[in-house]
Amino acid sequence: MKFPVQTSPHVEARSNVADMMTVVLWALVPGTVAAIWLLGWGVLFNVALAIGAAWLTEALMLWLRARPFQPALSDRSVLITGWILALCLPNLAPWWLPVVGAVFAVVVAKQLYGGIGYNLFNPAMVGYVVLLVSFPEAMTRWGAPIEGGAASLTLIEAAQWTFFGMLPGTTGFDALSQATPLDQWRMVATQGGDVTGAGLSIWQGGGWSIWLNLAFLAGGAWMFYRGAIRWHIPVAMVAGVLLTAALLWGIDPDRFADPLFHLVTGGVIFGALFVATDPVTASTTPRGRLVFGFGIGVLAVLIRSFGNYPDGVAFAILLMNLAVPLIDYYTQPPVFGRKHRVGSDTEGR
Amino acid sequence: MSDPRLSELALDGLWKNNPALVQVLGLCPLLAISNTTVNAIGLAIATLVTLLVSNGVVSLIRDWVRAEVRLPVYVMVIASVVTIIELIMNAHFHELYNTLGIFIPLIVTNCIIIARAEGFASRHGFGVSMFDGLMMGLGFGLVLVVLGGMRELIGFGTLLDGADQLFGPIAIDWGVRILPEQMTFLLALMPPGAFIGLALLVAFKQAIDQRSARRARAAQAARSPEPAAEAVG
Repeated sequence: MKFPVQTSPHVEARSNVADMMTVVLWALVPGTVAAIWLLGWGVLFNVALAIGAAWLTEALMLWLRARPFQPALSDRSVLITGWILALCLPNLAPWWLPVVGAVFAVVVAKQLYGGIGYNLFNPAMVGYVVLLVSFPEAMTRWGAPIEGGAASLTLIEAAQWTFFGMLPGTTGFDALSQATPLDQWRMVATQGGDVTGAGLSIWQGGGWSIWLNLAFLAGGAWMFYRGAIRWHIPVAMVAGVLLTAALLWGIDPDRFADPLFHLVTGGVIFGALFVATDPVTASTTPRGRLVFGFGIGVLAVLIRSFGNYPDGVAFAILLMNLAVPLIDYYTQPPVFGRKHRVGSDTEGR
Repeated sequence: MSDPRLSELALDGLWKNNPALVQVLGLCPLLAISNTTVNAIGLAIATLVTLLVSNGVVSLIRDWVRAEVRLPVYVMVIASVVTIIELIMNAHFHELYNTLGIFIPLIVTNCIIIARAEGFASRHGFGVSMFDGLMMGLGFGLVLVVLGGMRELIGFGTLLDGADQLFGPIAIDWGVRILPEQMTFLLALMPPGAFIGLALLVAFKQAIDQRSARRARAAQAARSPEPAAEAVG
């Protein structure tokens, strides 16, 4: 191993939490714009409500815990928690859904564990899973993508629906809502139907999810370029998804969806880039990151295929969060100058 | 060993050494059965009676049991008591018996009961042991009922729903709906809700204790300022 030595003057690199979070915030913009474009104004309300609720809750919790407001309130991490949670929520959600999720995420998953840097689980995913298991009806209020020819709401109409549950004149809720691709696949698969025959390919009317994922990828590329994330976790997670899905698909193509379908539906790309890479709750060693990401990918496909809920990315991330201390323990890189890993049996002999 | 005062025993069981909030024993039934108030009351009464009777019996036989075999003997005593209670519940509160299911026979394995038998009843007289069982059972039962009430209120929006299972036809409309159905939070009924609810109760008890300790210190400081100031410094 070579360490090239530079002479002074050195370029000073300032790196702090707030700067890194700013990179992530900018990276979330293209995906959010695409989601508003493709899925309607409801996404915008979700984001605004979740961010507002998360920030206010953080301030309240800091006050209750008698902790200083700075830098916790200005490091923007709580904004990202709210924003990521909001992007997971259905686009026709009532106003209280993002609020309840954000409050739970900040109070229970972040502040009760001790605030930023101490949380064991990704707060946004905890908030999402709590909403998913607690409000099953509200969490299925997915509106059809605008591109798919569904009736779209104007900004005012969307606001009326979000805050008062009112729909314009003749439009019924059923005209707006539509099962997500994962829901559709699940319905066909659980009823013993033929998945391939049901037209469940992403190439048929599912093009919007590809655009959405491309927008998220653009944000991910920006984060990678600015050094906010490394390649290990996203690549390993996508590999885990593709391999597991290919294996299942190879065994029984009538029952299981193809790997590409798994890749572009639900939260795989978004989760791989924005959620699994959370510096606090992810593994911190290079090999550990690969194991962590791969585990999420495998679990996500298994939960989708055999579990009770259509998407499994959030559950998979929380489960692997739980395994992070163990992964980190077994993947410690050797200390420079030593042959053996720290913590291995041969140490100290 | 001299018998402790009854007021001390009561304070221990109900607050200072509460089986659920301080000893944190018997978590399995505490978390699993506290999803409605009626279930919680049913299990609380069953546990209370078990504690009362087993403490009494263990206290009576304590001089005849050899130390080497005392634990198996106590477990047999407790198992017999639980079997009697199980049969009574099956006969008289059949629906509740079906709802509680495995958790009635599992009272045998509730650590509080063997802990009180071994830790208290095997060393103290009959009356005191019965009183200890009563207070420990009340302490456990009250936490169970409060937790059950919290979870039913938040999860179902009701209180005492289905009370007729326990109290007979007279209680058929004791159940009240407090929150409308749209405002319920299903998480409270699930296992995480039980853990979070119990954690909140434990935290609440700690907060009260710390507050009263602070007040006591302040009162002491007011009475005799100098030594207290030393202690703080």
